[in-house]
Amino acid sequence: MIAARALTMRCGGRRLLDEVSLELQPGEVVAIIGPNGAGKSTLLRAMSGELRSEIGVVTLEGRPLAAWHPVDLARRRAVVSQNVALAFPITGRDVVGLGRLPWHATPQAARDVHAVEAALETVGATGIAAQRYATLSGGERQRIQIARALAQLDGAAHPAALLLDEPTASLDISHVGVILRLIRRLALQGAAVMVVLHDLNEVSFAADRVMVMAEGRCVAAGPPAAILRPRLLEAVYGIPFQRRGDALLPEFTTD
Amino acid sequence: MNRMAAVPTLQERVTLPLLPLGVGLLGAAILAGLLLGPARIGADGLLAVLAHWLGAPLPPEHARDAAVIGVIRAPRVLLAALVGAGLGAAGATMQGLFRNPLADPALIGVSSGAALAAVAAIVLAGPAFGASAGLFGLWLLPIAAFIGGLGATLVMARLGRVGGAAPVATLLLAGVAVNALAGAITGLLIFMADDRQVRDITFWTLGSLAGARWQHLPVILLLVGLPSLLLCALARPLNALLLGESEAYHLGVSVEALKRSAILLAAISVAAGVAFTGLIGFVGLVVPHVVRLVFGTDHRIVLPGAALLGAALLVLADLAARSLASPAELPVGVITALIGAPFFLWLLRQSGSGNGA
Repeated sequence: MIAARALTMRCGGRRLLDEVSLELQPGEVVAIIGPNGAGKSTLLRAMSGELRSEIGVVTLEGRPLAAWHPVDLARRRAVVSQNVALAFPITGRDVVGLGRLPWHATPQAARDVHAVEAALETVGATGIAAQRYATLSGGERQRIQIARALAQLDGAAHPAALLLDEPTASLDISHVGVILRLIRRLALQGAAVMVVLHDLNEVSFAADRVMVMAEGRCVAAGPPAAILRPRLLEAVYGIPFQRRGDALLPEFTTD
Repeated sequence: MNRMAAVPTLQERVTLPLLPLGVGLLGAAILAGLLLGPARIGADGLLAVLAHWLGAPLPPEHARDAAVIGVIRAPRVLLAALVGAGLGAAGATMQGLFRNPLADPALIGVSSGAALAAVAAIVLAGPAFGASAGLFGLWLLPIAAFIGGLGATLVMARLGRVGGAAPVATLLLAGVAVNALAGAITGLLIFMADDRQVRDITFWTLGSLAGARWQHLPVILLLVGLPSLLLCALARPLNALLLGESEAYHLGVSVEALKRSAILLAAISVAAGVAFTGLIGFVGLVVPHVVRLVFGTDHRIVLPGAALLGAALLVLADLAARSLASPAELPVGVITALIGAPFFLWLLRQSGSGNGA
């Protein structure tokens, strides 16, 4: 549904993306992994339409993103970025409520209250929703932002796309489970999900497909079982990996 | 926790009757503005004058009241209400757009541009027209100030553009640069001015509503009232901007178009107001904060609320300006700051945590 073809993006002489292609299919979770600075977030922002590349094109349902009105895009795809800070004080519930903006003055607006409460419930944030966003912890904010994206896609008539940039980064273990199960369930319901992750076990649990990025390029792509191999990861991250049971773990050594 | 709960949220807006409260406050201010002042006018006088405007004959004992209200007070009160509404709405818009509680309309260069053009008109064109009264004071000075204010904002918006977009930080810096340049040229012109012109310039920069004339009001209504109303229509996208520019785009807001219309509308309404009154500081900065502290952050409330409160504040400030030192007049900008600053500080202390998001 969202497809990037041969995206290349430069900034100040540095190649942020180098001929990267990726297609998100409805019903599929695609995980993006790679070292810091590999271009994962840049790719996600380009796939959302926020960044425009000079070379290559991103299409939604076959049409270039630039040809879509932002509102029509917003009714088909939601984005969860890292570290959203607010300008003025509002509550967590208000932040989730802003997710309903694309549906203003449409029949779907009748669902606003229900959509917000259901999204809060889904991420387990009903109890913190009345607090000011700024007083919430990093993990709580992240859950609020995910709820905002869910509320945004509530009532979407088309298969929707959800792009998440490190959604599990500051979550505790139980909430990581909540969010990963949520991602899987959304895909089962027909959504196309793109998610930037660092934890390889989370990847093997949640992803149908993995793309490994390094220095702005796609290094490897395929099902997790084929990609999450020690040799490939050692080449990308430059540290040794080993299998322990089902888990693939980096070996941290002291000097 | 309790203090945090004291700030109303987007959800609670329905429980607070902003509209009747704001309209009532503005109505009371306008009534006070018409009734009070150096010349005492009773309620019977005001009623007789209003009835006369609707076609009833004027009782001879109220002839003086009709002159005071019709010629002096009514146009002043209406000018004050419209200009105050424009400053309040523009200030609220700038704070939302720049995501900065310290933003005010001066940031986009409109005030310094208007000041530069007004000073240039006083120093360079004033002598050719004799005095600051007549055609010059009535129309040429306001037109110059309006063009100067709008022009400075357009220069700022152009300078702030990088590629197809205008990042907020770049816009802010462009505004700082335009303000500095306009200030420098204004300083140069003041250096060239004679003593009388320096006095005119000083009073222009402190603001006054004494120049109010009925023939100005249609122009003010079109160039201040209409843009202020249109600014209120930007409330929803400005709410999305609370989350940041990227997030607003993800939520379907055309961010660059929003910036363009917000800056243009705010510049028109402030430039047109300032053109007829001179600089009136403080209203655009503080009024939106007062509304936010009482009614919460939702721009659907903050924008109309700031317009209503700005209107009421400026009407009352003008009443004080012409009453306190009668028969002399205090500059209205001095009054707005004298009333507003302590009140604002008091509100800040009441609300505890101020504006931290």
